[in-house]
Amino acid sequence: MRLHTDRTYELQLEKLRSSVLEMGGLVEDQIAQAMRALTTRDRDLAQATIARDHMVNRLDVEIDDLAIKLLALHQPAARDLRLITTALKVTTDLERIGDLAEHIAERAQELAVELPIKPTIDLPRMADLARGMLHRSLDAFVREDEKLALAVCSADDTIDQLHEQLFCDLISFMADDPRTVSRAMRLLFVSKYLERVGDHATNIAEMVIFMVKGRSIRHLDRPPRDL
Amino acid sequence: MDMASSTLATAEVSSAKIVVRDLTVRYGSTLALDRVALDVGDRQVTALIGPSGCGKSTFLRCLNRMNDHIRNIRIDGSVSLDGVSIYDAAVDPVELRRRVGMVFQKSNPFPKSIFDNVAFGPRVHGLRDRVELREIVERSLRQAALWDEVKDRLDRSALDLSGGQQQRLCIARALAVEPDVLLMDEPASALDPIATAKIEELIHELKTQYTIVIVTHNMQQAARVSDTTAYFYLGRLVEVGPTEQIFTNPSRPETEDYVTGRFG
Repeated sequence: MRLHTDRTYELQLEKLRSSVLEMGGLVEDQIAQAMRALTTRDRDLAQATIARDHMVNRLDVEIDDLAIKLLALHQPAARDLRLITTALKVTTDLERIGDLAEHIAERAQELAVELPIKPTIDLPRMADLARGMLHRSLDAFVREDEKLALAVCSADDTIDQLHEQLFCDLISFMADDPRTVSRAMRLLFVSKYLERVGDHATNIAEMVIFMVKGRSIRHLDRPPRDL
Repeated sequence: MDMASSTLATAEVSSAKIVVRDLTVRYGSTLALDRVALDVGDRQVTALIGPSGCGKSTFLRCLNRMNDHIRNIRIDGSVSLDGVSIYDAAVDPVELRRRVGMVFQKSNPFPKSIFDNVAFGPRVHGLRDRVELREIVERSLRQAALWDEVKDRLDRSALDLSGGQQQRLCIARALAVEPDVLLMDEPASALDPIATAKIEELIHELKTQYTIVIVTHNMQQAARVSDTTAYFYLGRLVEVGPTEQIFTNPSRPETEDYVTGRFG
């Protein structure tokens, strides 16, 4: 790929790309911290995670501003246009993931003051899967790797199944011992949040495919086998 | 870059007004166009883009044989209009240019009245009837979206008009001889943004009746006005396709580099 004749434009596009990555890395950390707060019952860590959400929001606004400026001033075309529109949409998903991390931290704070209940086992596994999807969707973004992005889309089923299973487990748990209802419900929320993180990571991966191939695979019943 | 015959362009055009095949143009030993094949859709706007010297103006001028008189030029291949080869010996170039009109970068009104400018072509073709001439002048000026601005001063010199008005007058003059095709070579590059917007609006209206081929260095203009865009580079047609596709997701990396501003 040749460089732009207009070097300022080139640098601004690079800045846009690196800001999306920075935001992605930050929300990945936020999920990890929130989950650690949950599993270690660490209220301070949960509070620190909640307090950091404004950094995600600030990047969201900064990236939007830069993208709008690039659209207005450079009339971007082709791959540049697709990069900028992808950045605009990806940041919306990242910002939502940031909010979900904050919600997990809130549930962690609530659970930390109650007696522990057993079934938290599959939540860290779900979180690892969701973070892995997010990480790979961002990798696909920076490497412009549509095959990796497609693999992320296919991985979403596993998280959905885990959520389904956890839902059933927690329902029977609550039925067995109604005193666990409020705690089990909070865990169920966390499961739902992580399932949503997987959905947002899938959205990002779909946008990466659009960015690389110029073709939308969104809203299909199944991700395509190949591109 | 292997782009020879694979650039044969049919571009989702149901009916082609102009069919160009294997068009090769040399100025002396300089190759200006190299085996270009392109279909120009009927009542569509086709934009030709590419850096200076890429051959797009040469291509445009082949479509009404404006290149005929250039010394040392050699034109090979075929250009047909409605299925008839325009380089056939039986074709009268004057009649061809009536059917395929041209508007230039720099507006070039004659130092005559507004009326006489528009009536010039019909008169050359033998029309003398005053009433009929008036009708043609009014219709042409209306089509060129200039009538309301000049209807009260048709006898005034065309040179008193603003640059944008002069360019629309030249379009009216081209329309007065009832062409099928309008060729436009950078028709708005010397105009301010408002006059440019008027010309672009006009192009939108004219394409319901005319086939338009426009050369432009302004890529946003090509994106705004055309249905089909053809990218030329070094005398070759690199890619042609629906304008939207060329500007959002072109097939060839060379096109991508050009429309995104990567000129090296």
